[in-house]
Amino acid sequence: MTKSLNRREFIKIAGIGAGGFAAGASALHAWNPFQIDPTQIASSGIPGVTPTYCEICFWKCAGWVHKKDNEPWKIVGNPDDPHSNGRFCPRGTGGLGAYTDPDRLKTPLIRVEERGKQVFREATWDEAFDYITDKMNLIKEKWGPECVALFTHGSGGDYFKNLIKAYGSNNIAAPSYAQCRGPREEAYVLTFGEAVGSPERTDMQNSKCIVLIGSHIGENMHNGQVQEFTEAVAAGATVITVDPRFSTAASKSKYWLPIKPSTDLALLLAWINVIIEEELYDKDYVEKYTYGFQQLKESVKNNTPEWAYPITTIKPHIIRETAREMAKNAPATIVHPGRHVTWYGDDTQRVRAGAILNALLGSWGRRGGFYSQVKAKVKSPALPPYPKPKKDWKDAFPGKYPLANLAISQGICDATIPSVERDCSFKGWFVYGTNLLMTLPQPKKTLEAIQNLELLVVVDILPAEITGYADVILPECTYLERYDDLRVSAGRVANVALRAPAFEPKYDTKPAYWMARELALRLNLGEYFPYEKIEDYLEYRLKSIGSSLDEMKKLGVKQLPSDQNSLYFLEGEDFEFYTPTGKIELYSTQLANAGFDPIPQYTAHEEPGEGYYRLLYGRAPMHTFGRTANNPNLADLMDENEVWINPKVAKEWGIRHRDYIILENQDGIKSAKIRAKVTERIRHDCVYMVHGFGHSQKQMRRSFNKGANDSDLISKINVDPIMGGTGMRVNFVTFRREVA
Amino acid sequence: MRYAMAIDTKRCVGCSDCVVACQTENNVPTGYCRDWIVEDMAGQYPELHLEIRSERCNHCEDAPCVRCCPTSASHVVEGGVVLVDHDDCIGCKACIASCPYDARFVHPKGYVDKCTFCIHRVREGKKPACVSVCPTHAMIFGDLDDKNSDISKALRTRQHKTLIPEAGTRPHVYYLL
Ligand code: SF4
Ligand code: SF4
Ligand code: SF4
Repeated sequence: MTKSLNRREFIKIAGIGAGGFAAGASALHAWNPFQIDPTQIASSGIPGVTPTYCEICFWKCAGWVHKKDNEPWKIVGNPDDPHSNGRFCPRGTGGLGAYTDPDRLKTPLIRVEERGKQVFREATWDEAFDYITDKMNLIKEKWGPECVALFTHGSGGDYFKNLIKAYGSNNIAAPSYAQCRGPREEAYVLTFGEAVGSPERTDMQNSKCIVLIGSHIGENMHNGQVQEFTEAVAAGATVITVDPRFSTAASKSKYWLPIKPSTDLALLLAWINVIIEEELYDKDYVEKYTYGFQQLKESVKNNTPEWAYPITTIKPHIIRETAREMAKNAPATIVHPGRHVTWYGDDTQRVRAGAILNALLGSWGRRGGFYSQVKAKVKSPALPPYPKPKKDWKDAFPGKYPLANLAISQGICDATIPSVERDCSFKGWFVYGTNLLMTLPQPKKTLEAIQNLELLVVVDILPAEITGYADVILPECTYLERYDDLRVSAGRVANVALRAPAFEPKYDTKPAYWMARELALRLNLGEYFPYEKIEDYLEYRLKSIGSSLDEMKKLGVKQLPSDQNSLYFLEGEDFEFYTPTGKIELYSTQLANAGFDPIPQYTAHEEPGEGYYRLLYGRAPMHTFGRTANNPNLADLMDENEVWINPKVAKEWGIRHRDYIILENQDGIKSAKIRAKVTERIRHDCVYMVHGFGHSQKQMRRSFNKGANDSDLISKINVDPIMGGTGMRVNFVTFRREVA
Repeated sequence: MRYAMAIDTKRCVGCSDCVVACQTENNVPTGYCRDWIVEDMAGQYPELHLEIRSERCNHCEDAPCVRCCPTSASHVVEGGVVLVDHDDCIGCKACIASCPYDARFVHPKGYVDKCTFCIHRVREGKKPACVSVCPTHAMIFGDLDDKNSDISKALRTRQHKTLIPEAGTRPHVYYLL
């Protein structure tokens, strides 16, 4: 009680006027939110700290939401959380901006004029749900439930997955697959029988040599990974960064290899060649665990550094020196698998070349390489079996993408546009938390698909571009205003984290759990959502690990005991890999069977013509794609993107630093105006911009018309024949002066 | 007691987390900041060097902002921390003109504001908000008079510099190189 007295004093003093801060500082001194027992807060209703896990990106760091004067104050990391180690990244620290953003969706909306005109009427939740269920019943009757698809990104998407599956469709796509890390997961499964996962099972904190192929760690703020990377750098690890751009990571590297874009696979093959020819590979490991070494050796024998030099522009002695550096530090050398890897359409093969390199260095399953994650076992309540769909998205593409393990977003787009060859065309889309017009390449095609739909439901927090085309918009409350399912994490320690609501939902917004359940009830699928309140569902799950909501509200994160002896499992032990041969497949029997190169082969990609430059794109640490561009705290740090241009190129075109220019791609598509960043930090044959800007949606007032949208310029894609990933770095741009 | 900060340019990735953490901790209004990021690039492609710095008030030992303040609103407290008393500040901006580091700004409420080394947290035994949030552990805060503090150790073992030393202000923010 004394504590809350002090707190009131503070409020009084702070309230005196403009001088509040200086006077308040000493009172603040006496009030330490960390010393308040969270149980007291929960039971007495005094605002204080609430556990959450961050939803600003997929890393899902766990932390505490603090209030001051009953107002939102700050979010800080939970020291027990292995995703953040108590330190959030700038986006998570600025997460309150998602809650305070005045541009949020505020009430359900139903479209009243044609799609894209953005004329909506405010609706009650009942009206919105009735509209959706009528259409869903119609689609089920006329075309079958398989004609409804879900695009999802984020925690709440799981409830809609459950709903769609219960309804009878398994067409569930996540742009994070075919537009991002799909090729990586497939390449590692093909090679090692297991995926890399998220957060990645990379043991960078113990690496002595880190090889980054276009991964701009530090600009992508995948929190725990950035932390491990800097620890390794500080401990003196050799970093080899391959990037046409002098990235932040490149600036921390011993070797920066400014490779000609699109030729990374040639460099990887040359490294494999050196490591085999100079017998630098881990002989025992290769002998014991791998399959196809002789074929590999034979296959790469001509891929010498001298062969790679004219392709990559990386000098042979540098290729040799870096290969030796990798071998010297092996097995604590990691060729990082990357994350966003859909670049050129042969991405599964390129990532596989890196995986092969890791196998030769013996870093899979070893300290400083890839560790074995401890998995949490948390029970979920049993649900009735889902109805078996009669067809899925693969039926729309007979014989294509044989090794895809997840529905492909752009595939669903294609299959929504009616065509004579296909019998399956989609009639209904649910879009949860993903702004398809910016996340998918070829936005024109997405729009065409949308015009063929009977039903488009968008669940979002902000009026993102995609909401403008919806029939019904369901406004979700932010992660700070809701419970969600537990975050169940694998890692060095298995752990679970709780997200509890820190604030009441603003406006007429609701949690996704409630929305999905209400829809299920109306569709007579209530048995798939047995718990009216998500709290009861959480209690069920927590009980299975001997915990409870009460306990989790105090802990935020609970680390679970492990039955695994060691994180490293290939120190000579026998091991059966989940591949057809039971070995690490240097030579992939699955690829061979499916008619693809069993060992990666380099093929040249199309190059920009005279006066054109390859368009590269990436991340900035304070933003998560387009999702944060309107966040008041984060827009403050960076409110528009720039296009990076080499000074020689800029001079040729008469472009000065900070000039506004327009980019035009090979298909004549023009960008919005964008500032030029004339910098030595990029090669002369490409340009670079941060993705997620150039919003065309007026209702997002802070981000509207700021910078340019790279997706607009990605009108061409090279599709990975193995798993359907969309290679997007195949577009070329030239410069146009801004028209005044 | 002499409080100081050392910022490791080898670790810092320029993510601006320190900026956001300061803004939320200290209710700095949107559009203003007490700390900020500078990227210094040198060299020509492909021989490049990039130094990233998180900058703020240097809590100078010989602080011109304190000397020139007509009302003594700018003053020095324990550990050499330079503060502005908001009630005493008349908003004349003499301090802003005198600071070689552009560390100060006029708060929309009329007084001059800047980094306080989060003295309210330090008095509770915590680190400044920026230091405790930094995901790369790039910042060290501590007492230079304590030979065993992390900051004393870092300055003993690592090459370092201060900004604009020729201004003669003797900054208490160091950059590890
Ligand atoms: S990395 Fe940053 S944005 Fe992502 S979950 Fe963690 S704190 Fe949030
Ligand atoms: S938070 Fe740390 S890494 Fe990020 S900009 Fe600040 S000092 Fe640098
Ligand atoms: S950095 Fe500027 S404001 Fe801070 S103490 Fe020095 S002179 Fe004063």
